[in-house]
Amino acid sequence: MAALLGEHWGFIVAAYGFVVLILGTVIAITWIDGAQQKRALAELEARGIRRRSEQAS
Amino acid sequence: MTDTRSAPPPVPSGGLSLIALANPTRFLALAQTLIPIMTGIAVVLATIGLYLVFAVAPEDYQQGQTVKIMYVHVPAAWIAMGAYTLMALSALGTLVWKHPLADVAQKAMAPLGAAFTLICLVTGALWGRPMWGTWWVWDARLTSVLVLFLMYCGLIALWSAIEDQSRAARAAAILTLVGFLNIPIVKFSVDWWNTLHQPASVVKIGGPAIHPSMLWPLLIMAVAFLALFIALHLLGMRNEILRRRVQTLGMRAARENA
Repeated sequence: MAALLGEHWGFIVAAYGFVVLILGTVIAITWIDGAQQKRALAELEARGIRRRSEQAS
Repeated sequence: MTDTRSAPPPVPSGGLSLIALANPTRFLALAQTLIPIMTGIAVVLATIGLYLVFAVAPEDYQQGQTVKIMYVHVPAAWIAMGAYTLMALSALGTLVWKHPLADVAQKAMAPLGAAFTLICLVTGALWGRPMWGTWWVWDARLTSVLVLFLMYCGLIALWSAIEDQSRAARAAAILTLVGFLNIPIVKFSVDWWNTLHQPASVVKIGGPAIHPSMLWPLLIMAVAFLALFIALHLLGMRNEILRRRVQTLGMRAARENA
């Protein structure tokens, strides 16, 4: 690794690793939140509770 | 998709203006189209960008290979400042024009802004240790970016603390506009004060002071970050719209059962 990225390779790997960690966490949280909201909305609709605009159509 | 099942109202003549997008159903339909496109652009450009960074771009004559940290640090800094500027515009949309999606856009932006600011701070520290000999200095640029991160965190806390959505939106909009004073300080701190952080080398009068062999990978990485940011913001806005629908329907269900 040192031959490829020089003597400070550990700092470079840590920087890119941190980017992957943070962006991966944000993507995962956003994905899970979306799935939870869709599930909650589907459960309400299954109980016959719909938005007024959907009831009218 | 349960959220876009009802057909969006017809688009008024003049295309998809901000007023046309005030309808959440129409916004969700547009987001449904844009999210995969932006995700695809982010993946393709990040792949090309990383190839250029690690296989093509030369090492810096002073920094050596440590310059590779710049290719994620600088785009994260640009997104961090740009996101807050967009939040300030959304705050105006909430307070002045009362656009129904303005505070949704603002609320969805804050966690993303915080994440990119954190990336900027940490990658900067990881660059600073081998190059400056220190992880951190309290100079104007670093301190103002830390303040930006704290502003994002404060706004997230504010939205969590106030249950009433409209009150939370107004309070967050005012705080966002007050905090916007920090953005010019972040940008021009390296010109106004004597800082350890180097002055701008890409966005500056007279053009970039960086060689094209390093500039192109940097710009490609920046556009990849931007595309990912747009995709995540659209997803965040979609989630927030769905959350509000769930809350509204949940309250109606509770009333009907009472």
